[in-house]
Formats: sequence, C-alpha cells, structure tokens
Amino acid sequence: LLNHVLKDLREMEQVRENLLENPFLSGLLQTNDKVALKEITRQLQLENVVGDKVFGSFAENLAFLLEALRKGDRTSSCPILFVLDEFDLFVHHKNQTLLYNLFDISQSAQTPVTVIGLTCRQDILELLEKRVKSRFSHRQIYLMNSFDFKQYIKIFKEQLSLPAEFPDESFAQKWNNNVQHLSEDKTVQDVLQNLFHHTKDLRSLHLLLVSAVTVHHPLLTAADLQEASRQHSTDSKANIVHGLSVLEICLIIAMKHLNEVYDGEPFNFQMVYNEFQKFIQRKAHSMYNFEKPVVMKAFEHLLQLELVQPLERPSARAQREFLLMKLLLDSSQIMDALQVYPNCPTDVKQWAASSLSWL
Amino acid sequence: MNTRQQSKLTYSWYGKPFSSDRKLRISHYNGILITSESSKTETCIQLGDFILVEGVNADQPYVAQLMDLYEDGAQHKRAVVQWFCRLEEIPQNKRKLLKREIPAQEVFFDQVLGYDTDIAAETIIKTIMVLPLHLGEELPIITLNKEQTFYVRQSWDGKCFKVLSPDTFSKLKEANKKRGVITSSSKAFTPSDILTPVKKEMESVVRSATKPKNADMEIESKHSTSKSSLAKERHSQRVANNDIKTPTARKKLELNSPTRSKAKLLGCEVLGLLDDDCDAMAPLEPSAPKRKVKFTGEILGSPPKIPCSNAKSKPTCETAEHRQRSSDTIRLSPYTKVKDFCEKDRNLDEEDDILLSLVGYQKPSSQMPVLTPRSRRTCAQKTSALIAEQISMLDQEDFSSDSDSSYCSSSEEEEEDDDDDVPCTPEKKPKSSKIFSTPKSSRKSAVHTPAKTPKKTPLQGTPRTPRTPRNATPEIPRRVQAAQEPASVLEEARLRLHVSAIPESLPCREEEFQDIYNFVESKLIDGTGGCMYISGVPGTGKTATVHEVIRCLQQAAENEELPPFQFVEINGMKLTDPHQAYVQILEFLTGQKVTATHAAVLLAKLFSTPGPKRKTTVLIVDELDLLWTRKQNVMYNLFDWPTQKHSKLIILAIANTMDLPERIMMNRVASRLGLTRMSFQPYTYKQLQQIVSSRLKGVKAFEEDAVQLVSRKVAALSGDARRCLDICRRATEICELARQKRAPEIVRMAHVTEAIDEMFSSPYVNAIRNASLHEQIFLKAILAEFRRAGVEEATVQQIYHHYVALCRVEGLQSPTVSEIMAICSRLGACRLLLVEASNKYLHMRVRLNLSQDDVMYALREE
Repeated sequence: LLNHVLKDLREMEQVRENLLENPFLSGLLQTNDKVALKEITRQLQLENVVGDKVFGSFAENLAFLLEALRKGDRTSSCPILFVLDEFDLFVHHKNQTLLYNLFDISQSAQTPVTVIGLTCRQDILELLEKRVKSRFSHRQIYLMNSFDFKQYIKIFKEQLSLPAEFPDESFAQKWNNNVQHLSEDKTVQDVLQNLFHHTKDLRSLHLLLVSAVTVHHPLLTAADLQEASRQHSTDSKANIVHGLSVLEICLIIAMKHLNEVYDGEPFNFQMVYNEFQKFIQRKAHSMYNFEKPVVMKAFEHLLQLELVQPLERPSARAQREFLLMKLLLDSSQIMDALQVYPNCPTDVKQWAASSLSWL
Repeated sequence: MNTRQQSKLTYSWYGKPFSSDRKLRISHYNGILITSESSKTETCIQLGDFILVEGVNADQPYVAQLMDLYEDGAQHKRAVVQWFCRLEEIPQNKRKLLKREIPAQEVFFDQVLGYDTDIAAETIIKTIMVLPLHLGEELPIITLNKEQTFYVRQSWDGKCFKVLSPDTFSKLKEANKKRGVITSSSKAFTPSDILTPVKKEMESVVRSATKPKNADMEIESKHSTSKSSLAKERHSQRVANNDIKTPTARKKLELNSPTRSKAKLLGCEVLGLLDDDCDAMAPLEPSAPKRKVKFTGEILGSPPKIPCSNAKSKPTCETAEHRQRSSDTIRLSPYTKVKDFCEKDRNLDEEDDILLSLVGYQKPSSQMPVLTPRSRRTCAQKTSALIAEQISMLDQEDFSSDSDSSYCSSSEEEEEDDDDDVPCTPEKKPKSSKIFSTPKSSRKSAVHTPAKTPKKTPLQGTPRTPRTPRNATPEIPRRVQAAQEPASVLEEARLRLHVSAIPESLPCREEEFQDIYNFVESKLIDGTGGCMYISGVPGTGKTATVHEVIRCLQQAAENEELPPFQFVEINGMKLTDPHQAYVQILEFLTGQKVTATHAAVLLAKLFSTPGPKRKTTVLIVDELDLLWTRKQNVMYNLFDWPTQKHSKLIILAIANTMDLPERIMMNRVASRLGLTRMSFQPYTYKQLQQIVSSRLKGVKAFEEDAVQLVSRKVAALSGDARRCLDICRRATEICELARQKRAPEIVRMAHVTEAIDEMFSSPYVNAIRNASLHEQIFLKAILAEFRRAGVEEATVQQIYHHYVALCRVEGLQSPTVSEIMAICSRLGACRLLLVEASNKYLHMRVRLNLSQDDVMYALREE
C-alpha cells in the first residue's frame, strides 16, 4: 500500500537521477544477513564483477560488499536506495550487522545510501541496538488510517468504480451507476459503518467487496454486501458448534457448568463424564445413557476440533481420562449456538440454562 | 625450497674471525655455514652474498645483501644486511610513481631509513642472485630458477624511486662477481682446504677409471667460467674444484642408484619415461650413471654431474643457477666440437664483457637452433605435440604483465625453435649412445621449458583471468549526473551538518585527542607495544577522534618526525564472526587470504618473532564487545600480542561500555588490556552547541537560540552528536518547506521544535487516536479489566465480558469472538498490545505495551 507511493516517487526520480538502484529486501524472504547480502549483490548487479566465482563464505561476502560500497563517494557514484520491508525482522538478525553497516555507510562519506525500512511495529526503535540506533537518522513517518466515515464511503466508491479506460464502455457506465447507487443506499451504508467501526484497514474492505459477481449476476446489490458482511463477521467457533451431535453438545454444556462452578479452573474427562452422568440420571428423558467409551470418543472429537485444549502435552504415562483440559468457548457463545441449533432436545436446553434446574 | 621447514638447520661460523673487538666482545666473520641435519648438506654464505631472509610472509622472504657477520657478547650470531625491497613491500599509492610494469623478480635497492639492518643470522634462508640492471635494459630471459634470481634497476628511499647510482651499481656488480668465486667454493661442499685426503684418493681412482674426464672437466669448467664471468685467473682453481667434486658426486650416484644404471638397457622407453618425468631433478639423476657407463670414451658426459651434485646438496641459489647454465651447455655440447664451442663461448664472453652473466643465458639459447640439430624421433614428436598444445594454450591467454609476456614469448620462441629443428634433424650421428644422450640433455632443456610453462602459467596466467575480477575492486556504477551543488544557504548548511562531512577539527575533544596522541606517539618512538581502551556512549566521537589522531600521526610520520607505522582498523560490527578479525588483520598486513585459524597462527608468529623489517602496527579495534567469544581467545590474543617483546603493536580498543573489561572479560584478558583507559563523556549542551556552530561556520542558517535549544534537548537525553546533527538537518528541511510559502531564510525556533517533536514524540498516542472505534473500545475494555483485577495482564475471555458490556453502553452491535480476536491481533501487530501466541484463543494473555495513563489520555481526547 505505502510501498506503491514510494515506488511512484522513485519512478519520478529515476528520470531525474538517471541511475538509481534500489535493492528491495523483505524480512520474510531474507531471513538472515547472509541471504540478504546475496540478494543485495544480485540486485545491485554486482555479480558480473564477481563473475562465476562461487560465492564464498559469509565473511567474504560482507567484506566484498562493504568494499564495494566504500569505494564510492558522494560525487561520483550513483546513490542507492535500500528498501527493507518487514524491517522488524531484520532487527532480529545476529548483531544487527546488516543494519549497522547500512546505517554506517549512510552516515559516512562513502557511497550515498538511503535506507528505508517498512514495518507495522511502532516500537521498532526500541529494538535497535544502541549503536545502531545512534546511526539511525530518526526520521520516521507514521501512516495512519485517519480518515472518517465520509472518506471511507468515498474510498469504497473509488475502489469499486471502473476506470475510464475499461474496454467495455457501456458496461462500465452501468457498473459505475450501480456503484453510485449502492453508495447512497442506507443498508449498504450500515454495513460499511459497521465494518468501519471494526477496522479502518482497507484490506478488509477489499475482502468484503470480493463477493459473488458472476456472468449471470453482474451487478452488486445491497443484499450481496449484507450477506458478505454477515459471512465476514460470523463466529467461527460457534459455527463449529452447530455441526456437533447432541452428545457433544451435552459434553460442552457439562464443561460450561464445570467452568461456572470452579471459576475457570481446568477440568478432566472424568469430571465432565460425572457431570454428564448426573444430568442423565436425574433429568434427562430424551437422552440415551451412553457407554463411557462412546462418551470418550465424543470428547476426543471435541479435542480434535480444538474446542477443548489440553493444558499440557499428552504424555504416554498420564491416563487420558485425567488429562487437564480447558474449554475454548465462552458461555455466551454456547448459549448463542444453542439458540440456533436445530432439533435440540428441550431438556438439554433447560439444563444448559441452569445447571441447578434439576433440583 | 625452503628447507628450513623440513629440517633443522644449524648455523656455524665459517673460518676464523677476521677481526674481533675484545672490549665489545664482538668478532667479525667472513662467512657462515648452514648445515642441514637431515639432508647432510652445508651451505656457505659469505659477506657480500645476496640472501633471502625470513619475513612476515613465508612465501615472500625478504631479499638482502649480507654486509657483515659478527657474534656479539651474548654469543648470538648477528648479521648486518642491506635490504632490497620487493614491489609488494612498497605502499600501493607509491607504486604508481614507477610508471611501468614491475616483474615479480624485480627488487629495489632499499634506502628507507628506519628498518633494522641488524638481524639474527638464523633468519637467513639461503643465497640468491641479485643482478643490477640499467633502467632501460630488458629483463634477461630466465628459464630456470626464476625464484632464485632477482634484478635491481632502481632504488627506493621511501618516497621516490631513483636510478641506481653508478657507485652502488658497480658495488652490486662487484658483489656478484665475487660471489661467483664463492659459488665455486661453496659448491665444493666444504672449502677445498678442508678437503679430506680420502676424498681425494677416491676421486683420483675414479678419474683414472674415466680417462677423458679431465679434458671434459676442463671444458666444462670453461663453459661455466665463461658464462658466470669468472675472473680468468680463477680458472685453474675452478677446474680443480670441479675435479674434486664431480667424481665424488658421481661415485655417490653410482652407489645410490644401481637400479637406475640398469635402466640403460631399456633404452628408449626409459628415456621417454624419464622425459615425461620432467621434474628438473628427476631426469638428471639417472642420467649421470647412464652416461658414465656409456660414454666413458666420449667427450661429453660431464654436464649432468653438476646437477647431480646439486640434487644432493641443498639447492642453493648459485648452484641451481649453475645447473641451468650447464643444461645450456649440455644442449650445445654434443654436436659441436667441444673446442669450437669453447671458442665460441669465449667470443661471447669477450663480446659481452659488461653484461656477461646475464647475456650468457641469452646467447647460448639464441644460438641454440644453429648449434643443436635434434636427432631423435619419438621424443621430438612428443615434444612438438606437447609444445603445440602449450602454444595454443598460451595463445588463448591474455597476459597483462610484462614479465609474463616476455617470459612466455621466450619460452615460445624456444619451443618454436624446437619445432623448427625437428624436421631438419640431421641424423649424422648414428651412434645410439650419442643419440640417447642428446635427447636426454636437449630433451631435458626442451622439456624443461614446457614443463615449466604449463606449471607456471596455471599459477600465474590462467588464474589471473578469473582472479582479475576478484581483485578488481567491486564498484558501484558511476552516477551519470553530477551531484547537485548546494543551491541555497540551507542546503549548504545541510551538507555541512551531515554526519559524514568531516570537520577540519574536532571541537570539544581536544583533551582526549591529546591523550591518545601522546599515548600512541610515545609507543611509536619507543618501538614498544601497548593497549588503550576507549569507551563512551554512541555518538560521542570516539572513532572520529581516534581517526583524527591516526591522521595526524601519519602526517607526522610523513614529515619524518616519527618512525613510520602501519595502520590497521577492524570493526567488530563489520565482522561476521569474531575469528574473522584475524583474517582481516592479516590481510591488511600482508595481503594474504587464509582461513581464520591459520591466520591466527600466522599472526601469532608474526608478532612473537623479532621481525627485522617490521614497522610498528597501530591497530584500531572498533566495537570491541562484539569480539567476545565464550573462550575469549580472540580478545586474549589481541591483547596478548602487544605485551610480547617484539610485537611493536599498539592497540586502541573502542567500545561503548565503560566497565567492559570488568564485566565480560575474564581476568587474564582484562589484565592484559592494562589500565590505560579513557572514557568519552557524553557531550554537554555547550559542547553540542559548539559542534554545530563550528560546522556552520560561515553559513548563516541557524538562529543562535535554535541551536541552543537543540543542544539542550539532545544533551538532556543522550548527548549523541549524531542525533543533534540529524535534528538540525531535519529542521533545515522543515524550514525549506515553510519557505516556499513565506521567505524566512533562517532556521528559527519553531522549525527546530517541530523537528524535535517529530523525532522524540511517541507514536503510540497518535496510533490510538487513529484506531477504529472497536479497537478503541477494546482498549477501554482492557483498562476496565485491569482496574478490576488489579493486575496488568488479562485473558481475552475476561476482556471480552467487559467489551460486550461496553458495546451495550455505546449502543453498538456486540461483535463476535472471532472479530475480537482479529482486533486483538491487529493491535498486537502494532505493538500497542503484547499478546501471546494465538493458539490459546480465549485464554490468550494480553498486556499493554504502554502505560495505562497514555491510553487514558489518548482515549479521553475524543
């Protein structure tokens, strides 16, 4: 996003400065200094100098590059712009050698070098070592999404509108009209408002807009957006609960009760089973009394779905019944899910509402 | 060739002291005898000889002329030498003064003062040839013993090159001539007067057995004498010497190689084999017995004996050289009548009276085609094939340096001569014995060159092509457009404020400067070693000051106020591994590139042995703390070297922490570092102000108050000069931007404040204010949870409950857990929150990365 801005700027400068090289490194790709160095050399097109010489040791490489950069001075060699994406990952390199050297060169009378780091972390400066920090120019630009809702709507419109050079002109016209119409629609505005409240990130807007546009359904409607928004905001775990069997639901309810009784302390299978037994014996009319292994199987299914998480790694010695577990669902989530669960036995629902209802 | 590495050598005086000073208990000697225990050889080196002396670099021993030998009071054998310096020893920048290509074998008559000419006699390796040449003169063609012969054309006095004065020229020449004599005597293993009667007897027996040997001998000796430009009156003595020697040598060979002598029966095949086996020595040895058996009636037969003896003896320079000559002789002798040849050679001798020894090589070889028609078939064909191959190989190669090309062309010439010769081989000598012998000898020489060329060229020629790029300094492409000249006052100011701009002087560091300067200067003058530890927070001018000191010292050294020194700098940050420090230091000092462990060994040797010609080395170790290893051997070594007696090493170690020696160093390292410490205090605001204004001298760009504000701000924070300069630079930029609207040509308070704000303000508050509504609510929920629990840490589940409640208050639709998690991870990415790994889902713990008050403040503004 912000990279594009930088690149545009560079294109312009390129015309003026004739030769301006810019090695582009990403912290996700160049995971250590060694790889980064190689990449720089490659991007600076120094290999022709290196020839077919097999790249030697890391040390040799570093010396080589430093030598290369040291040769130049302000007047003769062309400036280099280093762009380091995911800058925070470079910080974790050993000794921050690369950063130190780049900054050092930029601060001394060698080849003119500009280093631009891109990161989402605000506290990047604290991660720099003191001597590296001292060499850093402390020039920071913070990009914030500081627009309000009106601008947001505008962005929405711009993103959707087709550009003038779109080949099919009549369609473009139709589409753009539709977009204009959409942006004034009340429901659409609601949806957008909601999203805007959640995040100002434009990427999520894009995600929302990438919805079902097919040949048969060429124009976006407000309903489409609403649907997309709904999909966007559904709770994934609650969705999983919808697909569970009654027995599994019962187990989850038992866990929920345990959580309430013991205030979030971890539980094991035996406790859950006991709770379940209590429910079956005293209250349940519609439920069949399952065998313990069957319940165990259901419990393990929940474990696989990661609705339940063990506190420690399961070891061979510990019996599975007594492994301590935690429920990864909130009680409100469970209740919500139960509301929409089809064909839920009423006694189970009652039991869910109150663990003491059988008294 | 360096036998010293293989065998233990003992050094003993040769002869009696010719003069001695009783008071000083110094006795002077004429020569020194080097005995190798393992190979049982002795070499005698006398005054005036040219010798190789062990140096820093094992491959590149120093060249010197022996001027005096004496034993001092402590029974140490000492030698006084006149140095010659190789091209490698001359500073890179001075080499340009030569304005010509320097072949590897050329040395310079060293007139640099300050080198220690008094060395331990044990460092002498062996003798060599150094031949004086006039400036315009071509380098003589060398076919053999390239490593043993050096040439002098000019002298070097540390500043410029001069033509050799006629005085030195003649002196050198004289030495060469004299050395010829010594050669003969030294060749005799033991001086003739010590010769044992047994040997004489043996020799006479052998001589009687081989009738024509005597004549042969004489001729042979005449060759060598004429060539090596011996004085005529020495002839007889020489002959005697040769007589003495050859039989013994032969005798030995015969004894040593009975199997070899059988080889004659195998005839051609063996020869072919031997030919292939073209090591200079290998073919020679067997040749002697063969000859001996075969050509007792022949005139020739003598030539190979000298090589034989050489093979036995320690291959000293002269003898090896002599072998080369004899090989020439061999080539010539078989076909021409020996007497003719002698006459011819005499003629030559008379012709080139001045450049005798040099041209001596050339003449025979150039006349060779005339004199030596080859007669063998198979061998010749083989050679020609070989040669053709080589020529094609050579043609492909591009030789840049003169020496190479001349060398090549000469060998090529020779080879071509050989080629030409092959077709016109007159087979007028049908005697198989003769034919055998000639191929043998001529082959030897012929093979020799090819054998040498492929061997040499891969060494010098072929790798050069790939090496050129390696040595070529990598360069960033030149910029096409020139850098813009500063247009306005502000731009000018900005340029000057850049950290890289080197100020003429370093204000506010005069005291430290003086201290370091005095330290290094005193050590330099004393010629001792020492360490100094310099500490200080970043941006206090440590490195700059040290560099300034070095610059001043170098200036002083150039003005000859101080002894010259070498300056090496390593930076811990620029090393990938602490052990790489060795490699870099060694590369700076000698230009070698070796592995870290090897470099450590070499350096240890370098600093622990007394180097005669070594300058003091000033080593700057920047970012010392990064050289820390678990065993600390790098630091230990670094600080151990200066304490050694002969190291002449001064170390200036720079690091940030004041108590680094106490904190991370082991006791033994810290104690070696010594107590010479210096710490750079952070700049005070007055000093910063002075720095900025000194840089801005003459440019009216800043308000006085503005500078003061910046200085005070920075001094209060860190005292980092870099930071200060950066702020000023930024201020000029802001000013420039503002100027486009109005026109204030000067940086005012407002601009500076803006710049400072920009640099020091925390980004968090701003980030929170720009966060989305739900993100803000989430932060509020966190605050509420913290307040409830009283702990600055909460799980998402706990926060979620507060969150839902807050949403109800705000009248918003409460989000689902998934959305909460998304928000949480977003804030975590910005590091507003510190979050755990997300696989714990609801039980993920969350902490604020900034104080609660900041969050409150940021949220309340809304």
